[in-house]
Amino acid sequence: MPDTGTSDAFVAFERVQKSYDGETLVVKDLNLNMPKGEFLTMLGPSGSGKTTCLMMLAGFETATHGEIKLDGVSINNIPPHKRGIGMVFQNYALFPHMTVAENLSFPLEVRKIGKSEREKKVQRALDMVEMGAFGGRRPAQLSGGQQQRIALARALVFEPELVLMDEPLGALDKQLREKMQFEITDLAHRLGITVVYVTHDQTEALTMSDRVAVFDDGRIQQLAPPDQLYEAPENSFVAQFIGENNTLEGVVQEVKGETCTVKLDHGEIIEAKPVNVSKAGERTRVSIRPERVEIDKSRLGENAHTLKATVREFIYMGDIFRTRLSVAGNDEFVIKTRNAPDQVRLRPGQEVEIGWMPEDCRALDAT
Amino acid sequence: MTDATGADKFTGPTPDNALRQADAESGPVLAADGTPLKKSLGRALRMQKIRALALIAPLLIFVLVSFIAPIADMLFRSVENQIVSETLPRTTEALGSWDGEGMPSEDVFEAAYYDIFIAAENRIHTRLGSRLNYELTGASSLFRRSGRGLDDIGEVYQDQFEDLDENWDEARPWAEIMGSEDWIAAQEEWDAADEEGGMPRFQLREGAATAFPNAAQAYLTFARFTQTEDEDSPLEEEPWSMVHTALYQDLAAEDYASYDGPRAGMVQAADELVASPDFQTVTFADGFAEIDEDWATPEIWQTIKLYSPNYTSGYFLNAVDMQLTPDGAEARDADEQIYLFLFKRTLFMSLVITFSCIALGYPVAFLLSNLPMRTANVLMILVLLPFWTSLLVRTSAWKVMLQQQGVINDVLVWLGLVADDSRLVMINNQFGTIVAMTHILLPFMILPMYSVMSTIPPSYLRAAKSLGATNWTAFWRVYFPQSIPGIGAGSILVFILSIGYYITPEIVGGTTGTFISNRIAYHISTSLNWGLAAALGSILLVVVLLLYWAYDRIVGIDNVKLG
Ligand SMILES: Nc1ncnc2c1ncn2[C@@H]1O[C@H](COP(=O)(O)OP(=O)(O)OP(=O)(O)O)[C@@H](O)[C@H]1O
Ligand SMILES: [Mg+2]
Repeated sequence: MPDTGTSDAFVAFERVQKSYDGETLVVKDLNLNMPKGEFLTMLGPSGSGKTTCLMMLAGFETATHGEIKLDGVSINNIPPHKRGIGMVFQNYALFPHMTVAENLSFPLEVRKIGKSEREKKVQRALDMVEMGAFGGRRPAQLSGGQQQRIALARALVFEPELVLMDEPLGALDKQLREKMQFEITDLAHRLGITVVYVTHDQTEALTMSDRVAVFDDGRIQQLAPPDQLYEAPENSFVAQFIGENNTLEGVVQEVKGETCTVKLDHGEIIEAKPVNVSKAGERTRVSIRPERVEIDKSRLGENAHTLKATVREFIYMGDIFRTRLSVAGNDEFVIKTRNAPDQVRLRPGQEVEIGWMPEDCRALDAT
Repeated sequence: MTDATGADKFTGPTPDNALRQADAESGPVLAADGTPLKKSLGRALRMQKIRALALIAPLLIFVLVSFIAPIADMLFRSVENQIVSETLPRTTEALGSWDGEGMPSEDVFEAAYYDIFIAAENRIHTRLGSRLNYELTGASSLFRRSGRGLDDIGEVYQDQFEDLDENWDEARPWAEIMGSEDWIAAQEEWDAADEEGGMPRFQLREGAATAFPNAAQAYLTFARFTQTEDEDSPLEEEPWSMVHTALYQDLAAEDYASYDGPRAGMVQAADELVASPDFQTVTFADGFAEIDEDWATPEIWQTIKLYSPNYTSGYFLNAVDMQLTPDGAEARDADEQIYLFLFKRTLFMSLVITFSCIALGYPVAFLLSNLPMRTANVLMILVLLPFWTSLLVRTSAWKVMLQQQGVINDVLVWLGLVADDSRLVMINNQFGTIVAMTHILLPFMILPMYSVMSTIPPSYLRAAKSLGATNWTAFWRVYFPQSIPGIGAGSILVFILSIGYYITPEIVGGTTGTFISNRIAYHISTSLNWGLAAALGSILLVVVLLLYWAYDRIVGIDNVKLG
């Protein structure tokens, strides 16, 4: 579904840079194209520039360099109130001196929409977030989740084509957050709006988005659909940041087409899939997902790779077993096995042989 | 509208219901040791309360002593009026039966003669004079003159008695007629010992008070006064002429042929003299008229009668341009009215100053709260800078700026905007007061505004803009309503400060730019009419409280925040 062609992109960042103080670049060379109707999530550690990107798109910060286009038109010089972008703020920013209904009718009033139509739209928006009976309340009289819904309704009530959300669920508890995640994606797809969503919760990013942009250090490290991001991380930052990950450090000995050999610092030699290593002698970090490691060799194919390991810890987690091992000098090597009737339960101190398929083992950059 | 957190509508075993049920079944909840829970909680909290009280005690005492007590005293002074009845006890009593029409009777003059004579000896008659002068112009000099003049009445009798018998002008015979033998003996002993203090207290001889109803009383007053105030021996001081007057009254009223007390011959001779047709007398009314014509007019007596109660509404009536007359409260003549006008001017100018402060302070506070912390702090110091210079210096600086030969006029003349011979008058009038006070009170407006504004997150403005509002709409519909508590707090501060301001209007206000507080200060320190000053101050206090109440009704006091 995602179409990254520049020509018909609905939202486009072109070589955008941003500096607040004139000394450091907070956003470095950002390029991003979003088609209409996409749900894109910006994911990244704190301070990586996500909010800054959002603010530039909304018009509250100006790009130091580069161009931001909306529907093919550069919006660099359009003031925020003329951009027609809906926005949900991290702290909701519901106006405390207005009732819920007044909050919702505010964007319609400034658009000079007639009273009766305004009321109709406000009621529809409230019903949409299942808050129809709360129009007369003040924001302070609502719970966190209710405020969140009102903020969402307010951002949608004037029917913008693009909605920005900056960590809108950050203040909610886990259960409510999961419920709201579903409601937001459902609404977005039903209304066909384009959403740029900011979070630093990776589960949220993976479950909600069409595509995820992983931010670090002012750059997009990888822009891909969730499955691709998880299974085929393009660099070791993304591999580390998304999901759980085992790493083994070593030096590339030989690159041969789709495989390479890596000599681990501990001495073992293993095969891996070269992702961003190109030549022999490069340092690399080999990454294997815990659930791709097997202790039962019969489940693996012919050319599976095996290593000796010592069990350090066994944790029963209900649906899965999580076992921590010492592998090639790494004491934090984790494997996850399904809680099946025939699954063995390892004991600390036990010596085992673990194995994986070379294509699940990705040789990434060492930094 | 549904209420998610309303009272339980369930009758089942919810925790709340369980508690209620327990309450209903077993009475009060008991603590572990069996005492009612409320009681043991109260005991546990008592220590905390005592500690809290001990912590605030120094401030509480300080406030009580230096703030509450003076205010209470001031409120009391504005109605207190004991000076008249204390200084003229007999007169006020005698005036009680006077209907206020025409001249009072001879009884009143007689009472006034003794009262004023004693007051004059105590040197408190001038104080009463000043007090009555607030109500009747000329009372002060009238009393001052009368203090000296009343001797003229007594001397009429004193001289005649003295001509009859030298002894009437001696101390010793008087003491023997009036004093008890024990006292005379003790006093003689004391005189001989020539010590300090511990003089035996004068005692009337048994029978003296019945023999000489007036003179004994007068002599008693004289003797006690001589002993305590002058610290002299009554055995060596000839009595006041007042005592002779009293003696004359006694001799004229009764026959002393059968008098057998000390110095009977002397007394009987005097009695015969008084009875003889040659004896000269003078009525008290004539005596007073002799001293000053004003005593022969009803006004002074009416004034004394009006102000004889211990408490009076006179000060308050004065403070609202009215006066007490025998027919009740009446408005003063238009050309004597001053205080109501001053109150109005004070309120008006305070409002103008408050609004000027809002107009000037709001943009500054807005700017401050939207700047980065460091810049804001530097600018804040500039706002607070005026606090570091003395109020007097700042006010005087405005004098330099605004006067006709001052900086601003010079610049205007130099620019050719104003002709040299028609320089603007900007000082010693309302304009000067408003300018200087706006400047001085501005920080009190900016600080609360700033502290409220800096709690308004910038995301509200951003949210409004993202919803399509222009900068102005976003400000007016979203930011401004949230900054109102700051405006409210600043306005209350500035208004209340300015309504009682004194120094600045005094220096730059001239005659048209002064406040009611300047008038209060005048009465406190110059005219010494503290009662009126207290009444004016009380009215000011009530006005402020009323305005505060009105503000609460209109804006709501919850809408005032200092941050
Ligand atoms: N107004 C500002 N002035 C100066 N520096 C800023 C400003 N806003 C953000 N920064 C800096 O820019 C960098 C990126 O900030 P940004 O708010 O975009 O991060 P973020 O990815 O949204 O982080 P988070 O997940 O914590 O919200 C940070 O280092 C931050 O300190
Ligand atoms: Mg952020």
